Amino acid sequence: MTDVASRRDVDERPAITERVVTLTVNGRPHTLRLDTRVTLLDALRDRLGLVGTKKGCDQGACGACTVHLDGRRVLACLTLAAQAEGRAITTIEGVSGADGQHPVQQAFMEHDGFQCGFCTPGQIMSAVALMAEGRAGSDAEIREFMSGNLCRCGAYPNIVAAIREAASQGGHDAGL
Amino acid sequence: MRAFDYVRATDTREAVRLLAEDPAASCLAGGTTQLDLMKDGVLEPPRLIDITRLPLHGIERRGAALHVGALATMEELAADATVAARLPMVRESLLRGASVQLRNMATIGGNLLQRTRCRYFRDPTVPECNKRTPGSGCAAAQGAARMHAVLGASERCIALHASDLAVALVALDAVVHIQGPAEARTVPLTEFYLTADESPQRENVLEHAELITAVEIPLPSAAARSGYLKVRDRASYEFALASAAVLLVLEDGMIRQARVGLGGVGTKPWRAYESEHVLTGASATTATFREAADAALRDAWTVPGTAFKVPLARRTLVRELQTVSEVTA
Repeated sequence: MTDVASRRDVDERPAITERVVTLTVNGRPHTLRLDTRVTLLDALRDRLGLVGTKKGCDQGACGACTVHLDGRRVLACLTLAAQAEGRAITTIEGVSGADGQHPVQQAFMEHDGFQCGFCTPGQIMSAVALMAEGRAGSDAEIREFMSGNLCRCGAYPNIVAAIREAASQGGHDAGL
Repeated sequence: MRAFDYVRATDTREAVRLLAEDPAASCLAGGTTQLDLMKDGVLEPPRLIDITRLPLHGIERRGAALHVGALATMEELAADATVAARLPMVRESLLRGASVQLRNMATIGGNLLQRTRCRYFRDPTVPECNKRTPGSGCAAAQGAARMHAVLGASERCIALHASDLAVALVALDAVVHIQGPAEARTVPLTEFYLTADESPQRENVLEHAELITAVEIPLPSAAARSGYLKVRDRASYEFALASAAVLLVLEDGMIRQARVGLGGVGTKPWRAYESEHVLTGASATTATFREAADAALRDAWTVPGTAFKVPLARRTLVRELQTVSEVTA
């Protein structure tokens, strides 16, 4: 537990710090050679070109990097790419079906659930999961279980309205 | 972040052996503390042992206790039927403890071992931190303290233990199951943590090559009532300024049994035995509750930025004692 014990000089660093990792993203496998430090977020954005998932705080506080791992919403910035191996990864690029947008995406547009749009992919990934969790029963419930997604533009009332409408249309059946 | 070697352990004994082989290696579970502190340069392990695929995920009833695998997530434990029916304070502490995303990642073992949110500890450019560099001093005690501790605190260190769950678990007399290289052992959670005034740099009794495998939560009697109140700067997704985990068994207006845990105030998850002594055998009245709350905070050590926590924690405890007992007079 002591931090002193976990420090070493540079010349004692391990020689091999790369790893071949196969990530299954939106149903497609991708095999990458990655530095062990690469997070799932950086692998998605910088190696696979899936830039819909956003890097906000990069320390687990803002929710902009929310993706689904085996159907559960998690933060890609605090997940190592190596940890996501063998798991089903879903990003914002994977939620819309062949027939166009996911009902939550449509509702965000109809209700103006964003201003600058930077937090929006994370909001939508969180909202899709929230409906699958059965937690869109009231505005209070939506606010509580969306509290891990910050919006610096303050579009919260419209985000809640969008989720309320998507949930009332049974949108939880789509996307997951 | 400094370079590291990544190893994925496949069984518990292998994980313990890998730890024992390398005194500087760290375990990686949910990653919500470990990777965050590695990005900040506070932790620099040369080797990470990924333990997330060990078979320690199960939650099951064993007699009069709930046996929780160390790798069960906060979200999984909150959703457990026994927790919902018999351990409301555990459920409430989990649901108020983090966002859903973090709860889907963070494990129960990791929650107990989470590091302090003290901004001076988390900033390696600050030289004075007895937790990072023993003997260097405490920048927080001299600096902008607010989210800091007042119990088990001193000029050596005022770093807060920020877990909500652990506050409920110390009140419930949970037991930590530990696997070491040679043997397994169990430690009551109330004896697991060290306070920062005793040892800022060492936070618990876990040895380097030991792994938490499970947490055992004794189920309270059916007559017990309990709850967890968390007071914070915003309505959701925020650390506690003060919190209280309360369990009471009442009989004809008398308190037969009392358990009290306090959060947001201690350098470790705080069991308020002094409050329990006042409450046990006394009549359930607000006057008793106030006396119990005064007793809990009597030894508080404050700096100007944390002085507000003493009356806040007292009132938080009184309020939760009133709520759980349904006595407001």
